[in-house]
Amino acid sequence: MARALIPILFLVSLALVTSLEPWFQSWQGNRAQSADLIAVLLGDARRAFANHFFIKADAYFHSGYYPSIFDNRTAFQTPHMAADAGAKEDKNSGDEDNFLGPPKDWIDAFGRRFKPATHTHLDEGGAHTHGSSAPQSHGPAPKEIELGESQDVREILPWLRASAALDPQMVETYTTTAYWLRQRMGKVAEAESFLRDGLRANPDSHEILFELGRIADEHRKDPTRARNLWELALTKWQKFELTKKAPDTFSLLQIASHLALLAERESRWDECLQYLGLWKAASPQPDEIEKRITEVRQKIPAANHAKPQTPNPKR
Amino acid sequence: MTATLAIAQLVLLELLRRKDVYVLFVLTGLVTLVAGAANIFEDTRVVRYVKEICLTLIWISGFVLAVTTAARQLPAERESRTLFTLLAKPVSRWEFLAGKFLGCWLACGAALLAFYLFFGIVTASRERAVDLAGWFQAASLQWFMLAVPIALALAGSLVWAAASSNTTLTLVGCFGIWLLGRHLHKVALGLPEPGATLLTLLYFAIPHLELFDVRDLIIHRWPPVPWLVWLGALLYAAAYTGLTLTAAWLLFRRRPLN
Repeated sequence: MARALIPILFLVSLALVTSLEPWFQSWQGNRAQSADLIAVLLGDARRAFANHFFIKADAYFHSGYYPSIFDNRTAFQTPHMAADAGAKEDKNSGDEDNFLGPPKDWIDAFGRRFKPATHTHLDEGGAHTHGSSAPQSHGPAPKEIELGESQDVREILPWLRASAALDPQMVETYTTTAYWLRQRMGKVAEAESFLRDGLRANPDSHEILFELGRIADEHRKDPTRARNLWELALTKWQKFELTKKAPDTFSLLQIASHLALLAERESRWDECLQYLGLWKAASPQPDEIEKRITEVRQKIPAANHAKPQTPNPKR
Repeated sequence: MTATLAIAQLVLLELLRRKDVYVLFVLTGLVTLVAGAANIFEDTRVVRYVKEICLTLIWISGFVLAVTTAARQLPAERESRTLFTLLAKPVSRWEFLAGKFLGCWLACGAALLAFYLFFGIVTASRERAVDLAGWFQAASLQWFMLAVPIALALAGSLVWAAASSNTTLTLVGCFGIWLLGRHLHKVALGLPEPGATLLTLLYFAIPHLELFDVRDLIIHRWPPVPWLVWLGALLYAAAYTGLTLTAAWLLFRRRPLN
């Protein structure tokens, strides 16, 4: 009986192989097809690691003063380094200086002496600003901070690079890294190259296109290229975000505002008004944008009188 | 006292003869240097991640070295039957235990010295800054902290017959405390009874090894801990070690040698 069972089992195995093998080869979860060693080893776990490294970079941005999963994280829902870079909409609330709350017991109170206990940002000096009472603010970093003044922010870069290597589809890693590279480190070429890597991995990313546009506008001083990139970003946004239940209005706000300001700078009033309309639709303060629209409308007759608008031949 | 020192010297020599410490040192050095050689956007001044990797490996190596060294002391003496010879008069059981503890602790101190010397060289070469006070505090705090796992492993070797089970349980306990110890009370506050009380009791009973971890201060160049606080931590470690060793001695005193 046992002897007869062996050939039967062998035949059943053979039959299963012939049906399972083609299915396995075409299965999307088949890691054997991937040439990426990390993807083969970690599978989807690499996304969790990538996210961990992204958060780690933000912990470095705070010089180690960072809440654990057991602490109140309401003030750290959006990584500050990404919010400051404009890569993510700031959704933080709560007291970022006191996420630990009062000490629970004497061990907790004593233990806090051995850990960073002050909220600082690396781009503003990090632990060197320890003792200053200046409150930390979020939103785009002030332009007044000169290049080289706080280059310690370079310390977040290894974790961001590791995050991008583990999950190339995590777009905010590219945009955040590029911002700090160009804005604080003066490494515009490296920032652009990193964004290009990101664009290869995410060809439809409006965020990366927008960031590339900022490099073209702010560093390369090439407004035509910037406009083309931003318009492409807007097209991608309209194509992919409008179909979503909750479109990313923060990105639309950024793209539309930059396009509107560029058009205003170049006295392209019709375009400016069109983008201001988009900006107003995405803005949490539409009244402010309405005032701006009125101002631009007032400029139009004077501008037309002074110099007739000519179409841009490069468009 | 002479007997204690003689036993300690033997333990120290044994550690130098064994390969464990060299393997851990080479691994730490290799991983640190490979990590340090990574190209981070053509910037050679990025250093904090290298410091973090190196210090984390030093902490892991410290735990492994302390626990494996301490856990095998009594079983090895028992197996080779040298325990009977050693405990013949005039060496008392307390002197034997104290000698074993001192030897393991000094051996860990010597190893930590080498590890932190390497860390200092790597950091100074990349950061071009020397934080002697901070490094001294980090090394001394870790050394005193390691006295607790050593005492626990010695006490554990009186409870568990096999060195392997003692090593595993002590290491799991130490790593657990190091990573989660500080959060136990916070978790307890959100639990229903009797879990909350039990977890709170556990929180106050365990040795808080995580207190001695000043890696974040070193990595991010925060000022050193106030020296009185540093001294308080050393005293805390000494007190816990003393208690554990006393408990181990009480166990050892009543235990038949074979």
